[in-house]
Amino acid sequence: MFSYCADPSTLDTFRWLTCYLTTGVHMSFYKSFLLVLALLAVTAPVALSFGFLGAMSARSPMKPVSWLGKGYIAIVRGVPDIAFFLFFVIALDQSFELIKHNIVCPDWTDPIRQGNDFLVCPQAKVPLGTSPEYVHQLYGFLLAVITFAIVFGAFAANVLYGGMQAVPRAQLETAEAYGMTRRQTFWRVLVPQMWVYALPGLSNLWMVLIKATPLLFLLGIEDIVYWARELGGTKTSKFSAYPHPDWRMWYFLFLLIFYLSFTKVSEVVLERVMRRLNKGQATSGGEAMRKEASA
Amino acid sequence: MKTCAQTVSDYAFRAIGYGERLLPRSDFTICEQFTLIGSGMIWNIYFGVIALCTGFFFAVALAVGKSSERWIYRRPSELFIFLFRGSPLFIQFFFAYFFFLSLKKNYAFFDPLTAAWLGAVIVLFLNTAAYSAEIFYGALRSIPKGDTEAADAYGLTGWSRFRRIIFPTMMRLAWPAYTNEAIFLFHATALVFFSAFPARGQKGDALYYASYFADKTFNPFVPYPILAFYFILLTLVVIGIFGVVNRQLNRHLPQAAVPKLRVRPNLIR
Amino acid sequence: MKKLILSTAALALTAGFAMADTVRMGTEGAYPPYNFINDAGNLDGFEIVLGNELCKRASLTCEWVKNDWDSIIPNLVSGNYDTIIAGMSITDERDEVIDFTQNYIPPADSAYVATSADADVAGGVVAAQTATIQAGYIAESGAALIEFATPEETVAAVRNGEADAVFADKDYLAPLVDESGGELVWAGADVPLGGGVGMGLRESDGELKAKFNAAIDSMKADGTLNALIIEWFGENAATY
Repeated sequence: MFSYCADPSTLDTFRWLTCYLTTGVHMSFYKSFLLVLALLAVTAPVALSFGFLGAMSARSPMKPVSWLGKGYIAIVRGVPDIAFFLFFVIALDQSFELIKHNIVCPDWTDPIRQGNDFLVCPQAKVPLGTSPEYVHQLYGFLLAVITFAIVFGAFAANVLYGGMQAVPRAQLETAEAYGMTRRQTFWRVLVPQMWVYALPGLSNLWMVLIKATPLLFLLGIEDIVYWARELGGTKTSKFSAYPHPDWRMWYFLFLLIFYLSFTKVSEVVLERVMRRLNKGQATSGGEAMRKEASA
Repeated sequence: MKTCAQTVSDYAFRAIGYGERLLPRSDFTICEQFTLIGSGMIWNIYFGVIALCTGFFFAVALAVGKSSERWIYRRPSELFIFLFRGSPLFIQFFFAYFFFLSLKKNYAFFDPLTAAWLGAVIVLFLNTAAYSAEIFYGALRSIPKGDTEAADAYGLTGWSRFRRIIFPTMMRLAWPAYTNEAIFLFHATALVFFSAFPARGQKGDALYYASYFADKTFNPFVPYPILAFYFILLTLVVIGIFGVVNRQLNRHLPQAAVPKLRVRPNLIR
Repeated sequence: MKKLILSTAALALTAGFAMADTVRMGTEGAYPPYNFINDAGNLDGFEIVLGNELCKRASLTCEWVKNDWDSIIPNLVSGNYDTIIAGMSITDERDEVIDFTQNYIPPADSAYVATSADADVAGGVVAAQTATIQAGYIAESGAALIEFATPEETVAAVRNGEADAVFADKDYLAPLVDESGGELVWAGADVPLGGGVGMGLRESDGELKAKFNAAIDSMKADGTLNALIIEWFGENAATY
């Protein structure tokens, strides 16, 4: 990075640190923070839509659909997320390839499973063997997003389901009295109303999602914990110009600060959203705001 | 070829050191996987139960502290809760292990702290206390005004006011969310040997054995679903037990008014 | 007519491209000197240099992929990359599931490292990384095994007294012992484990295996492999 970094062993502490903290690996470390933030930003809406679908089907009057929704919620929530992450990515990847295989290579006669090997035709590989590395990485990112979204979608479904149930019946009855159909009632009355009831649960879920990111490395993503471990580990002078003993403590301290401040920021933002949603609502939160305003 | 009954008697308590010393090393059967992963569940249940039982009392104290008007009680409680709820358990384990190591170096008395049976329990205890405290605090704030006014009218003050009025109502309100916390605490126990504490003599929890088999058979699609099966079972048991308590807590209310134990992830890690 | 010929040629060309698929090489990137991430953030190490040379000799286009150790075999058989070149010892267990090329590092010793040379490696507490052949060996020996998730932690365990000794690949431990300033020393006798380090491939990938075997043969024959081993593992390393 800096011109004086050519021979770090001769530098004083401050300069040594400036060189050390700007090496290529450290840049990867800083980039992984962006990666984690990007993943959170993509996962949250996807998980929310999974949750919405789950909650909708759990409420469905058709029994099989309702069982499907409730089963999804119950099974995924009953299992620790680590256990899920440890095999789900490979399962997901294989099922994608299997589907694509059946579409693009209908004439393929070789067995897909030969012993332990999972072999689809080369055209059905996702992504194709010829694709550049960034496509593979993008695909890995996508798999991680889907896995996260499926797990947290189940939690979101549960929260949204509770939110939908909490909307006062009178509201729905009024809608019916106005002659709205089931569908209209759902979209025009229930959905806009449920957020205020669901938000406390959803904001908790967001906090949980943040704190689940250290498990990303299980999904094959080089996340902040992966790099903190990698960088903090003992480095010998044979393989690094910056030898140092076990410094994982400092890296993890940095992560701790990151997580705490991220949580704090999220808390503040969510508090604001909650205030907005509470405005004019017939809940205790809305009541408190009315009192504030009139006082 | 061993029979399954033989396998069970060899490995059912392997996780706590009884039975066959060596783990199976080849020709893994489904029975072996079920038995050993089940054996590992002993640890998950142990961690969960101890941390829940002890964490409960600390959580009540913290909740009361956080709602106190005196800052000397409020600030430390708030800080503690924020620290443990704001950081991943993963990182808490890491720091705890480092901290315990340095304690141990200086005083031999702290020797057992670096072993999972004590060290991990302490971390889980602190962690669940913080999460539960937040739940209890929320419940404390939503105690109907009438209840406390009635207590005042009866001339109840101090400890007896808390024990007879505040505490039961707080529990009643917090119970559904607390049930969730219990479920997620059990899930969190899977992290202990995975990332934090070393496993000694191949005695580990359910995830430890599941990943042992996944590593030996190179097939993740058998052991991890078995692990998932056990955890779903455990979750159902927890919901059952907490449901019984919930009915007890609400037994004085007219049955229609009893809030159903809707398991919602209110406060999870 | 000319147009037609042109498009057939183009077709043949693309078909040719499809044949020359890139070979994706899976490695861990956390096990110096075999493979690690260097200061610049790139993969580096003995196996990276070796792998690139092998690909050149076999006229293959290769591409490196980093993967976590725990899932390195499942991802290979699932087809996410085509080879494992990650300091993986050839063992019977692994050989049942995947195929190996001939070894490119002769069967090497695993060794004990402790804070004093007379540490009780036979009956004391010995640290090893989870899911390695070393952990399996200690579990069967009389010593009490203590397992950690990463090699880093196993060595740290000896430093802080959690374990009496650590048992790992000698090549991994050597630089750490050299630079510890006398804190860490070799203990007990070395133990030969595994059948050397080889490149892992899917069992159904016989063609690729033959190509790499031929390339390793040629590197063994002209002495470049030995030179490479000495460059990365030092003068005392076992060679062919």
